[in-house]
Amino acid sequence: MKAKFLVPLAIFLALAGFLGYGLTLNPSVVPSPLVGKPAPAFQLAKLDAPQETFGVDDMRGQVWLLNVWASWCVSCRQEHPYLVEMAGTGGIPVIGLNYKDERQAAIGWLRAQGDPYLATVTDEDGRVGIEYGVYGTPETFLIDKDGVIRYKHIGPINRDTVQKVLMPMIAELSRAG
Amino acid sequence: MKPRSKRLILLGSAVALLVGAVALVLTAFQQNLVFFHTPTEVAAGKAPVERVFRIGGLVEEGSIARNDDGYTVRFAITDTAQVIPVTYRGSLPSMFQEGKGAVVQGKLTSDGLFVATEVLAKHDENYMPVEAQYALDKAHQANQTVQY
Amino acid sequence: MIAELGHFALILALVLSLVQGLVPMIGANRNRIALMAVGRPAAQGQLVFLVISFACLTYAFITSDFSVRLAAANSHSQTPLIYKITGVWGNHEGSLLLWALSLSLWTVAVTVFSRDLPEAFMARVLGVLGWISAGFISFTLFTSNPFERLLPAVAEGRDLNPLLQDPGMIIHPPLLYMGYVGFSVAFAFAIAALLTGRLDAAWARWSRPWTTVAWVFLTAGIAVGSGWAYYELGWGGWWFWDPVENASFMPWLLGTALMHSLAVTEKRGAFRSWTILLAIGAFSLSLLGTFLVRSGVITSVHAFAVDPARGLYILALLVLVIGISLVLFAWRAPKLAGGGSFDLVSRDSSLLANNVLLAVVTGAVLLGTLYPLFLDALNLGKISVGPPYFEATFVPLMVPVVLLMVVAPFMRWKKDDLPKTLRKLGPAFGASIIVGFLVAFVIDHVTWRTVLGLFLAAWVLIGSAQLLWSRLAERPGAAASNRLRGIPSAWWGMWLAHVGVGIFVIGVTMIGSLESHTDVRMRDGQTATIGKYTFVFQGVREVQASNYIAAQAKLQVFKGDRLLTTMTPEKRNYVASAMPMTQVSLHIGPLRDLYVSLGDQLDSETWLVNLHIKPFISWIWAGCILMALGGIFAASDKRYRRLAERSAPAAAARQAS
Repeated sequence: MKAKFLVPLAIFLALAGFLGYGLTLNPSVVPSPLVGKPAPAFQLAKLDAPQETFGVDDMRGQVWLLNVWASWCVSCRQEHPYLVEMAGTGGIPVIGLNYKDERQAAIGWLRAQGDPYLATVTDEDGRVGIEYGVYGTPETFLIDKDGVIRYKHIGPINRDTVQKVLMPMIAELSRAG
Repeated sequence: MKPRSKRLILLGSAVALLVGAVALVLTAFQQNLVFFHTPTEVAAGKAPVERVFRIGGLVEEGSIARNDDGYTVRFAITDTAQVIPVTYRGSLPSMFQEGKGAVVQGKLTSDGLFVATEVLAKHDENYMPVEAQYALDKAHQANQTVQY
Repeated sequence: MIAELGHFALILALVLSLVQGLVPMIGANRNRIALMAVGRPAAQGQLVFLVISFACLTYAFITSDFSVRLAAANSHSQTPLIYKITGVWGNHEGSLLLWALSLSLWTVAVTVFSRDLPEAFMARVLGVLGWISAGFISFTLFTSNPFERLLPAVAEGRDLNPLLQDPGMIIHPPLLYMGYVGFSVAFAFAIAALLTGRLDAAWARWSRPWTTVAWVFLTAGIAVGSGWAYYELGWGGWWFWDPVENASFMPWLLGTALMHSLAVTEKRGAFRSWTILLAIGAFSLSLLGTFLVRSGVITSVHAFAVDPARGLYILALLVLVIGISLVLFAWRAPKLAGGGSFDLVSRDSSLLANNVLLAVVTGAVLLGTLYPLFLDALNLGKISVGPPYFEATFVPLMVPVVLLMVVAPFMRWKKDDLPKTLRKLGPAFGASIIVGFLVAFVIDHVTWRTVLGLFLAAWVLIGSAQLLWSRLAERPGAAASNRLRGIPSAWWGMWLAHVGVGIFVIGVTMIGSLESHTDVRMRDGQTATIGKYTFVFQGVREVQASNYIAAQAKLQVFKGDRLLTTMTPEKRNYVASAMPMTQVSLHIGPLRDLYVSLGDQLDSETWLVNLHIKPFISWIWAGCILMALGGIFAASDKRYRRLAERSAPAAAARQAS
């Protein structure tokens, strides 16, 4: 075998190596230890009615989304229309966790952007956020009828996330049990 | 001509061609690579002055304004951490909207204004310019480290 | 139900493709005619099932069956019928199915038109095509099933991306895919040659028409895509060196080299291993192109993250196809090398030089396309490689290609006389330089780029005229019509394609030199002048179509005092996707296009309007049409058909002697 005939193969292997290495760098899939575990319980004040509280237990028996957001977060603005759309057409209840935010700013933001949330609770000091392992906003958790976290999405959701990931899982979880 | 010297000439010209091509590619790379910086990097003075580069991020809400001449547009681009003022002369892509992702290419002036020669908005509603997304992610990671 | 039928047909097609990949290969190895003969019916049956499968998916789109996820995501009940149909392949899953379908069409075409190939050779060709098909269909089935249901069904679909709702996009993907996939035939022939150890002039003659036809499709596909970008994206550019465009351009460049290399292999038996390598390369780049574009890796390496299974499958398939063929090449090609020797001054050597140059250009484009991906993959930062890089590398490397392109047909095979050739072409060369400068002065745009472009165009056209003349002078005494008829179709093909390059270069040079463009604010009754044309703005009105609402401006265009035309650019808002779109208005002419697009609305009555004059842009498309036409002529040469009529082994024996 003459060496020169191996040159194309060598070049190709180098290229493939790069591409393969590229594949292993996968920033958005951060395995969450919480997936498959019960959602950490909380009882927090509602955004629009601070004297009332709301918690994970209130959602038992339903499949629902917990969306972590803040009025200071620009990416949240980007994903917001999809939440509004899902809450409107998808028939899935979405609970907002207003994270490290100011009440007035948050209320104003919802007024301007539309309010997809069945209820919004305030996590002013970010303690609940820590329990949920929140890296930053926005993050979205899919929680089943038994209060178990089934999926966690980091960063803004988009049309693809809704259609390819969330909707199928929601449909499946709603059917189950 | 002897086969041997013919081989040498062939080999020589092939090598010359390859060297020429490599030199061409390298100089073209040197002169025409457009680097990318996030607004945070630009604000920290890490971006070059008077050299073309790109910034990506979201178009700051409420920042789009046209000069009286009608052609020059001013807006700001942000990665949620820092805001960079931009001016651009010409027509904006139809996808260019406040609060949405965009990438601008141009030069930074010494007083911190970015003079864009090209504005790239996303091509459809699902696709965020990669560079804009990248800038947001960076800023996002930066926020994280501050928070915890 | 229909969707399940389509899914089932696709599964059956996969089974048949595996049969086609396996059985004839075993037959060829053990020399069992019965096993080898399985290839044909398997390939034909596979086509039947793929057609059924594709028809079922199309049916779901036409009937707006939004319980099929793909239809829901890419169609809308109010979309015009034609875009419901094109919506079938305006997405990842559907386009993969189209890929599989065109591969199957090509395979069946091979079984029909190359009936006289030796049985064992045909079996291996079909086997290779069967494996490629199996790879694609399984990729479609397991990672990108187009027939996936969406339950519960949605009431209304999201509509096809408005950018794709355009006549150009109806034919662009099928043409491009026929081109991409067509190189799989040349590839299969190359692999079969490596496997059988048979690589001679007859082999080259078998694969030439297939390669040429694939190249014609690719040429047409790229041209249509470029035309689409020109008037649909609203910037007026016709080529952006965008990674997606490069992905189709690279196989074209290497395919061009392959066509010429095959010519040498056929005529002279030389360049064998080089030809094989080009066949592998052209197909590999086609695969890479399909995947880069479809997987989204081109926008970001990390786009794979959306669906890592897809990414891994793609990479595995690429590595398998390219890796195995290159291993095979390294193993078998040394034994096949050889062939006629040739002198440094000969048609062989000038074709070789052009081949190498084209390969180097391909490499430069590949590097510019992939380099940002490498940096991104290695987290070394984000950069972009824009048009300036590609122009700076492409132009200097292509200049010698165009120069040699004219010289090569004048040279003899094997050995020619340098001084004689120079004497023959000297006057044409001098005349071209004079024409280049003269035209540049006339159009009052003397830059080195313009002069160079015009010189090259003149060189190609004058050289081609001289070539035709000398060809006709070969048979003095015969009547002119007889002399014309005596020229084989393949020669006309070469000639037309080369003239096409000349026309193309004129278009590119003129648009680069004389293009003019202005943005103006306009309100009712206001006028703007650009070049010899005066535009009168006559207000904007709202128009409504089935799936969009548009603001439509009306502009009267005057040339001098004469009303030339009325142009109506639009800003559309597609209802289903809430996507804004700019629809330009074009006035096409042989020497220039007028190109008007509507910009932003500045106040209730004032709009920003972009006016462009695009000189000679039609020449770019005309050049591409000529090149494609040349390919058709070349592929339809009589001698390929004569070969089919004679028994192939006999022809091969004759060739070998």
